[in-house]
Order: sequence, then C-alpha cells, then structure tokens
Amino acid sequence: MLLTLTSTAEPATDLGYLLHKSPFRPHSFDLTFGKAHVFYPEARTERCTAALLLEIDPVALVRGRPGARETRTLAQYVNDRPYVASSFLSVAIAEVFGTALSGRCKERPEMAARELALEARVSAVPCRGGETFLRRLFEPLGYEVTVERLALDEMNADWGPSRYFNVTIAGSKRLCDLLAHLYVLIPVLDDDKHYWVGEDEVEKLLRRGEGWLAAHPERDAIALRYLKHQRSLAREALEQLVTEEPPRADDNEPIDAIEKGISLNDQRIGSVLATLKQCGAKRVIDLGCGDGKLLRALVADKTFDEVVGVDVSHRALEIAADRLRIDRMPEKQRARVKLLQGSLVYRDQRLVGYDAAAIVEVVEHLEPYRLAAFERAVFEVARPGTVVVTTPNAEYNVKFETLPTGRFRHHDHRFEWSRAELEAWGRNVAERFGYGARFVPIGPLDPSVGAPTQMAVFTR
Amino acid sequence: MNINIPELSLVVLMGPSGSGKSTFARKHFKPTEVLSSDVCRGLVSDDENSQVATTDAFEVLHYIAGKRLAAGKLTVVDATNVQPEARRPLVSLARRHHCLPVAVVLDVPESICRERNVTRADRNFGPHVIRQQAQQLRRSIRGLEREGFRHVFTLASDDVEQAVVERVPLWNNRRQEHGPFDIIGDIHGCRSELESLLRRLGYDVEAARHPEGRKAVFLGDLVDRGPDIPGVLRIAMRMVESGAALCVPGNHEMKLLRKLRGKDVRITHGLAASLEQLDRETLEFRTQVVEFIDKLVSHYVLDDGKLVVAHAGMKQSLQGRGSGTVRDFALYGETTGETDALGFPVRYDWAAEYRGTALVVYGHTPVSDPEWLNGTINIDTGCVFGGRLTALRYPEKELVSVPAERTWCEPAKPFGDSAAQAPALTAQQENDDVLDLDDVIKKRVVATRLHHNITVREENAMAALEVMSRFAVNPKWLVYLPPTMSPSETAPDGALLEHPAQAFAYYRHEGIPTVVCEEKHMGSRAVIVVCRDAGVARKRFGIIEEEDGICYTRTGRRFFDDLELERALLGRVRHAVDEAGLWTELATDWLCLDCELMPWSAKAQELLRVQYASVGAASRAALADSVSALEGSAARGLDVAPLLERTRTRAHQADKYVEAYRRYCWPVTSLDDFRVAPFHLLASEGHVHTDRSNLWHMQTLARLTGAGDTLLMSTAHKLVDVTDPTSEADGARWWQELTACGGEGFVVKPLDFVARGRRGIVQPAIKCRGPEYLRIIYGIEYDTPEYLERLRARGLSTKRSLALREFALGVEGLERFVRKEPLRRIHECVFGVLALESEPVDPRL
Repeated sequence: MLLTLTSTAEPATDLGYLLHKSPFRPHSFDLTFGKAHVFYPEARTERCTAALLLEIDPVALVRGRPGARETRTLAQYVNDRPYVASSFLSVAIAEVFGTALSGRCKERPEMAARELALEARVSAVPCRGGETFLRRLFEPLGYEVTVERLALDEMNADWGPSRYFNVTIAGSKRLCDLLAHLYVLIPVLDDDKHYWVGEDEVEKLLRRGEGWLAAHPERDAIALRYLKHQRSLAREALEQLVTEEPPRADDNEPIDAIEKGISLNDQRIGSVLATLKQCGAKRVIDLGCGDGKLLRALVADKTFDEVVGVDVSHRALEIAADRLRIDRMPEKQRARVKLLQGSLVYRDQRLVGYDAAAIVEVVEHLEPYRLAAFERAVFEVARPGTVVVTTPNAEYNVKFETLPTGRFRHHDHRFEWSRAELEAWGRNVAERFGYGARFVPIGPLDPSVGAPTQMAVFTR
Repeated sequence: MNINIPELSLVVLMGPSGSGKSTFARKHFKPTEVLSSDVCRGLVSDDENSQVATTDAFEVLHYIAGKRLAAGKLTVVDATNVQPEARRPLVSLARRHHCLPVAVVLDVPESICRERNVTRADRNFGPHVIRQQAQQLRRSIRGLEREGFRHVFTLASDDVEQAVVERVPLWNNRRQEHGPFDIIGDIHGCRSELESLLRRLGYDVEAARHPEGRKAVFLGDLVDRGPDIPGVLRIAMRMVESGAALCVPGNHEMKLLRKLRGKDVRITHGLAASLEQLDRETLEFRTQVVEFIDKLVSHYVLDDGKLVVAHAGMKQSLQGRGSGTVRDFALYGETTGETDALGFPVRYDWAAEYRGTALVVYGHTPVSDPEWLNGTINIDTGCVFGGRLTALRYPEKELVSVPAERTWCEPAKPFGDSAAQAPALTAQQENDDVLDLDDVIKKRVVATRLHHNITVREENAMAALEVMSRFAVNPKWLVYLPPTMSPSETAPDGALLEHPAQAFAYYRHEGIPTVVCEEKHMGSRAVIVVCRDAGVARKRFGIIEEEDGICYTRTGRRFFDDLELERALLGRVRHAVDEAGLWTELATDWLCLDCELMPWSAKAQELLRVQYASVGAASRAALADSVSALEGSAARGLDVAPLLERTRTRAHQADKYVEAYRRYCWPVTSLDDFRVAPFHLLASEGHVHTDRSNLWHMQTLARLTGAGDTLLMSTAHKLVDVTDPTSEADGARWWQELTACGGEGFVVKPLDFVARGRRGIVQPAIKCRGPEYLRIIYGIEYDTPEYLERLRARGLSTKRSLALREFALGVEGLERFVRKEPLRRIHECVFGVLALESEPVDPRL
C-alpha cells in the first residue's frame, strides 16, 4: 500500500515541515495492523516527494479482524487488503500525518494555511463504480485526475481490466484539505472497511468532511459507503456454498432496469391482486415471495384473512419481514401473515388447503427439468382453488432497447416463454391436474408481440 | 392378583388421595412411564399441591401422554381420576393413538387414606376431601367399561400389596418370528394355482409345509369368486394350524363370517360362490371356517419390526396397534370418502406418503405388476380375474408368480391390460418426481452404515435447501456428492507447511501399513454418471428427458451450461467404457465416477477473475511502485535497505503467486481443451465399489484413460509402505518432484477404500499440497518464515470430522441407490452432504 505526496511549491522540501517528517531520514511507526514507513524518494527544492508505505501483516489481518466470526471463505486469505489503498491508509494518514491533517504547522504555519501545487498518487486503488465514479468524487473538489486502470492478468488478456486504478490527483490545495479528501474518499472508493463501523464513524465523517462534503454532489453516495453496513450470517453461509460462482449483485436490479419506464411491477401486482379478489380467495399463498412486494399489497388488503409468503431464500424472508414491519404489527394483523422458508420443487404439507396461490415471476427461475416437481408440488399437493402464474413474455423482449437479442431479462432466468409456450404448458397442466386455465396479458399490449408480462390463471 | 395389561396401553390409576397410587406406580412401572399430576403441577407452578395450577398441569400431562403413546410407549397416569370428566380425555387420548385404556382402581378404605395424608406435611386438606373422592370413585366403578376402559382391575387394600403386573404382547406382535417368509397375495378360491405356487416356492403341498421351514403368509381374501374356496381354506387352515403359515383376514373373509353367523349381508362381489361351495361341505367344516376367520388378527408385525403384513396395507402410525380403525385399515385401506365413476371407493394413497422403516406387504387391489413404493408393495395380481397368483419371498424380496389357469371371474373394473400403455416410469420413480420438504428441512439425523448417526443442523439445511432448489440438477441424477478432504498434519518445521511425512504417519498411527499416493490434479471436482443410453437413464434413474448421463459439480450443479458439450463429453466417456469392456465386466449399464475436471479456469472463471487475478494485479502494481519509491530513497542515501529487501521479496512472492494460479488456467474453445481425470469408480449396478482397494480403482480407471482418448487423463500413483522408511522416502521424493515444478501435490489414501483404524473409519484421503500451490490458498506472503510459523498452528479436527461425516453420508447415499431405495432416502444423504458443506470450517484446509 503506497501513497506518495509531491509538492512542487518551492522550496518543495518544506513539505517535510508540513508533514512533520524530515526528508533526510526514513521514519517508521507501529500501527495496530502493521507498520507505516515514511521516506522521501526525492527531495529537491523544485520537487519533493514523500512516500507513505504500509507493511501490513497478512496473518494478523485475518486473525485479528474485529467483528470477524468464524473464518468463512478463502477471500479472507488470498486478499488484496495488504496491497491496495483502503481504510488502512486513512488510519495511517490520521496516525502518521495527524498534525498535517489538522492543518497545524509550527515551523511553517502560513504554508499550511496556503494552497500549494500538490499532487497525490495512490497505487492500486480498488474502485467500485469504475473510473466514472472515481472522477465524480475528485473532480468536483477541483483536482486534475489521472487514472491508469490495471489489467487483471496480462497473460490472460481476455479476462479484461481489474477494479484497481493507479490514481493521481493534482491541484492547488491546502495540504490538510488534500489529506482530508483522501482520508474520506479512499474508503468510499474501496467500499469495504477493515474495522467495525460504529456510531463514532458518523462523527469522523462529519469532522473530516467539514467544509467540503455538504456541497459535494456525491455526498449521499459518500455517506452511504463510508458508513458501511453489515451483512447477515445467512448470506455468508450461502456464499460458502457458491464460492466457485459468486452470486451477482442484487437479484432484482437488472430486471427492473430493463423493464423500467412502464411500471410493470405495479401493473403485475395489480393484476394478480384483482384476479385473487375476483375468485373470492380469503387465504392466499405467495410462492416465491422474494422480499415481499406482492406480499405487502396482499397484507394491506383486508379481503384476505391469511397471507403466507414462501421463499427458498432465508435472506429474502428476512428482508420481507423487515419491509412488512412484522415485528411492529398489531397482534391481529400479525396473525394474518406467515413467512415460511420453503421450496417450489418439494412437496410441502404446510401449503395444503389454501384458496389461492400467486406465483409471480418465479417459474422462469426454475430449470425446465424441475418443472415436473414444481407442477406436482403446486397443483397436486398444495392444490389451491386458484393458481395465478405470471412470467415474462419472451416475444416482448425485442421491445427492450437495452436488452441484447437472444438474452433473457435476468441472468438467473432459465427460460422465457412466448405466449404460445405458456399456453401450451398451462393447458397441459390444467388438464393433468383438473384445473381450468385462462391467459391474461399484463402491461401495454403490442399488436404483434403482446404484453411484456403474461399471466396464466388456473381454477379448479 | 394378576394384572395383565397389553404391552401398549394407557394405564389410568384411580383412587383418592392417599390410596397409594404413586407407591403402586413406582413398584410396577419404570419411573419414565409414570406421569403424575402432582409432578406436573410442580412443573408448571413450583408447587406440587397447587390447585390453581390444575388446568395447566393436566394439559402438560395429556401432552406428554400423547407424545409417549404416539411413540408406542406404555404410559401410566398417576392422578386421582375419580371423576368421569377427568377420565374422559384419557380414554379419547388412548383411542386417538389406537391403544387400549386400562383402569386400575385402588379401592382403599377412607381411613387408611386419611391416615397416610396426616403423616404428610404437604397435604393439608380436610377429611371431607377424601370422603368426597372416595364417594365419587365408588359411584364410578361400575360404569368404567361403559366409559371405554377395555380392562378394569379393582384392587382392595390386600390386593394392592400382592398385585403382580404382567405385560402381554398384542396379538399382532410377532416380532420374534424371523421367517423366511413366502407372502402370498389374494387367492379367491384359486386352489389349483395356489398349489402350483406353493410347489414353485418349494413347499411339500401334501404335507402342507416347507422342508426348510419357510413360512407362508396369506394376505387374506382367500374366499369368494373362485372355483375351490373350501380347498383353499383347507390348505390355509391346515398350514396355520401346524404353524407352517400365518394368515391375516381380508374384507371378503369378514363379510363371509358375518353371513355365516346369520347376519343380513348383501350377496355380492362373489360371496355367492363361497356360500354355494361351503353349502356342499359338512357343518363341522363350516364351523371350523367360522372359528378360523374369527381368530384371524388384522395384521402382523414380523422380524423385529422389519416386516408388516396386512390385507390392504398398514400405515406407520397404526402398525402394531389395536383398535377398530387399525382393523378397518387392514381390511379396506384408507379411502377418501369419495367414489369413482364405477362406484368404487377412491383410495387414499397411503403408500405414497409412507415413511416407515418396516416393509409393508399387502394386496386387496389387483395390479398388473407389483411395484415397490416407499418400502411397500401390493402383490395382488388378480389371479381370479385371469391374472397371476404372486408371492413375495422375504427377506430375498423376490417375486414368484404362477399364471391363472383361466379367468375365473370377470373383473368389474378392467385391469392387467395396461401393459400396452405402460407408464415410462415405475410407481416409485413417479412418486419421486417431487420430494417432500419434511424429508430435508429441520434438524435431521441420518443413520449411516460407515459412521453411525450423522446430524444435519437446521441452519445448514436451510442454506442447502436454497442451493438445492435453485441450482442443483434433477435430484434423480444426484446420487452422490463428494466429501471434503483434510490436509495432512502441519509439518513441524522447515520451509514447508505440508509434507507427505505427516500423511504417512497418520495412517501408520492408525495401524494402516500401505497407502496409495495419487497425483492431485488441480481443476474442479466433477461427478459423472454415464449410462449406456437414454433408455437406461429412464429405467434406472427415472429421467424422462432424453439424457444419457450427467456431469455435476461438488455442490450438485450441472457442470456445463452447454448441454451439447456435456453430451459430447459423456459420449467420449461412454466410448472409453465400451473400449475397456467395463459394461460386461461389471455387469452394469451405468457407472458413477468421481473425477477432477480441468482446467480450473473452465468452472472457476469468475473466482479467478474476481479474486485470484485481482489480488495478483493489485499486489504486483503496488509492490512494484513501492520498490521503485524505495529505490529512489536508497539512491538518495537514505537507509531503507531492510525495508527495500522485504518489499522486493514480497514483489517476488507476488510474481510466484501469479505464476501459481496461471498454471491451472488455459483457454477452452472445444471439448478437446478439457481434461477429465477419474479417480474413483464409485458405483455400478448392484455394487458400490467401496469394498475394492484404491489400487483397484486406479488400475480399473487406467483402462478408461488408456483407451486412447486424450480427454481422459490418467492419474499417476504410487504405493507406499508406511512402515518402511525407504518406501516412505521414495514417496516423499516423488512428491518433491511433483511440487518442484509447481504441481498441486498428491493425495494419500489407505489401500482399502474404507479403512478402519483405532477409532472407527479413518480419513478416506489426506492431501499434501505443494508449497507454490499453497500460495493461492494461504496468500502471497505465507511462506515468509515469520508468517509460516504462525500458520503452523492450525487445527484439523473440525475438518477431519466433517470429512468423515460427509464420506459416510456420500457412501450411504450410493448404497441406498444401489439397493434401489426410494429417492428420498438417497436425497437425504446428498442433501446432508451439501448441508454439512455449509458448516464453518477453515477454508484453507
């Protein structure tokens, strides 16, 4: 981990006074996570560079990680932390250059208070959000930003670029401001703190951001990332299982992005709600409820005496419970709602005897060879009076400009059906299990490709 | 006085306070069998005499009693029970669990009760209480049988002292009979076919016995419809009489019995034939028939509870119990209460939900082919309707049938001609299309042959459920998941963290002299199931898609998203099996192989990019910058030499790290770029090859890899005698050669696939990884001496325990598959391995 600070404000060697570190000998400091060294690769009147090098003990890093529970994934061991610019660097800045950060300088007070031609270079800055975000952080503060993106592996060029940048920012700044900017923004770029984020972090952010953060156009993103959230245990247990193929970002994001502009989700929920009410259902299950969008609509509607949300992901149910504010519901209301971890491909006696089941945007997440199990679990075992299934209409995909041809709307979709395919499937299921079936479009109807979403309604 | 009570009953003690109920209970029953209302009062209120707590106390008592009866445990209720309203819930509780309520009344004079209470400091209620209780009891005694108590024992003071309690087995309890049995389906008067069948089964029909002492079991419906009903009855009665056979009643016997006793019965369903034929017999014979049928017991539990026979089946909760419901179930099965188009009752498919461990053999409804479903089998093959008469040999589980000599009776509902439209799948496979959530979630304990009971915790099952539902292949393909593998103990000193010496020592200390070292390939674990063709996949695995095998990862995901690629790979594996002649040699048409599939980058592309290459890129860039900054300072004459030296070393380590992972990456454009290295031939039809040595696995698989296809890669291996230092040194030298050029190292396995050491089974394999490989596990700088010392302190016990449990579960799953058990039994093991994999363990091990 390396930060260099260069001054070209003559006499540049006064940088030594400003930093309270003599350019003529190396300095070492013990920090909790390793050692910090300050040394000057160059110290001339016209140009002086101070380097802050951190030697991080990678073994202690893992063992002593505060808040760390049992060791989980290899990511903790084969780790970029000792090498990249992260919150360690912020801590080191505060410890080693504390006086300079606070803007004090006994020897050269006027210089500390003055804007100087300064340049900071940080090697290997991990940046979630890429170059754009990086520039959006520093450019509004008046820096000239030079970035060099690192390749992942020059021998495997097809792997593409890494998320690391060598970053140089240059501008006429007070040293204390430059240091404060780095102090706050490096962890923001990295988006991963090495220590537990507690109450005092807010205070730190406000102190170091004084005078510039409030006016920064990205202040919300900065605050959010700086005060990083904790992840749940359940999620980590899951990650343990999928180490070879790490799960991608939030499941709902991409599809909403693609379908945005037609508020399809609302129309879908509305259509399902209308269908459930039309059939007079009182006790309903939402199979594959996810984080509970439909569930909330069902709970809000007094027509339904009992609402059961079922999802295979324990994490999703936690979020759903949170969003429904289940723990704050009055007891009567609370008794109407149930959340169960369950699976659409296993038979589940708990789901027997309900008036209706809604299966909204779920079937397309099942492998085709699991549909047989799904059909029996729902139509033969649970056997609600009415089953509502919604799924994307594949024909409509041509209308989404951002969606490449032949691609599904979501990376986890295992298939997307045309209208004819849903009908063929629906009629077959209806006949085999003794249901009637009808098919309803949802969303704006295009004369040639139909509606974006299609709904099959099965009634017994 | 002798008190004979059924072995499973609810014994209700009755008597006023101080009548000696608790003393009596202590004397005759186990402490855990006795539920005392006073104790329950104490449990809910801390005061054994609290009358306020009565309602809660009895709720607790009834709850526990219910749990015990459901589990088939005799239960004694120690409470006054002098009022009918106190007894009523107990009688209905016993009924609900199909066991008999027994009343034991302690009819002790009031004076004695009073005296006893006076001496007890905690009983301070007045004499009127006891008087009232005694009165209530006296009023109750005569009505107890009417209340539903099947046995009532009233003990006067003297009797209480001398009473002897004896537990009597139920009639249906024949657990001590171990057979072997020949269980015969519905006969319906087909005497000639019965005789042919008995002969085929090796019986001496004239002597009505089996020369080797096998026992016949008649599943009922011997009478009605057929040509020689008296003849069949004669055989059965004689064999039952002599002990050569057991017989349970069918619904037809019961109806005949009612008719013979003069009840008004509709003469339908072939009853006329029985009546007409019996009319020609003597009165004496008819009387014998009535006696015979009257004595028949609804069902039998045989062979230590491993076998249950009943005419129409018996669900688990009713097995070995006695009640009207049990008897009705045995005779008619369970019906939904609806009738079908032809007026027949719609049967409730109890077998589809059967989860018992006992095999249930039954008849009642004719089927064209007997099929196992969840450990139950219907062997009524409709002989009288022109089908066959079938017997199941137990424990062999072989079916033996003789064809009907003719159609003796036209069936009202057609059967037997369904062969033309035979379903593609067996009843079991169809049943297995959807597994039951109850069989996987919650905490589970799986019994394994290799390693006792293995517990799967609920939170691990929760994680596994998501992975299994969202990503796993069809569970019908998923017959095995591989176990995790522990590394060797840490090398005590030197520049290495792992060395073969420790692996050799491990096996030596476990008393295992010979080990097989197998080169460790660095790719992704893959399990390959390959069938001879799609027909085999359908027949044996129940896969209806046109698939002829599968390749999946260690978490049960399909290895290839591209199904064509998978098909091509399986084709080449199949070809190699053809060439090697293994189908014939192993008498199988499918194989399950444990393999490593290379390159690593093919499956772990994301991991490589996100993690490995990223760390390499960042470290090399940052360290290079640091070195040059330090060089600048050094050139200025600053004393940074030690720091520069350390930083240079790190930069060098980062380079080696990148080299290390690159070794396992190469681009794949076609199947030819892949390598498959099979190292276990896990199973084939009828056989899990865990009884073969690891050398056999290597040698047999070498015939696949040696068949000339470069896709299939052989695994170099070497035998090492761990009691011979020369041999060990030889092994260690080989490891050094493998790892010197950056190889992953080798895996040390005991010669026997399943080896037992001093404390049960030993690790099935131990890995010794090379120092450069470990860089991508322990981190770039791990071999810096200072860090290495600290890394040596690593605990292996969790990992090893996990490895053993997963190994045992994996093998158990395969064994169950090979035994053709229901899928849920196999899935339970596979699911268990996946769940265990989510247990926290140091991922570097």
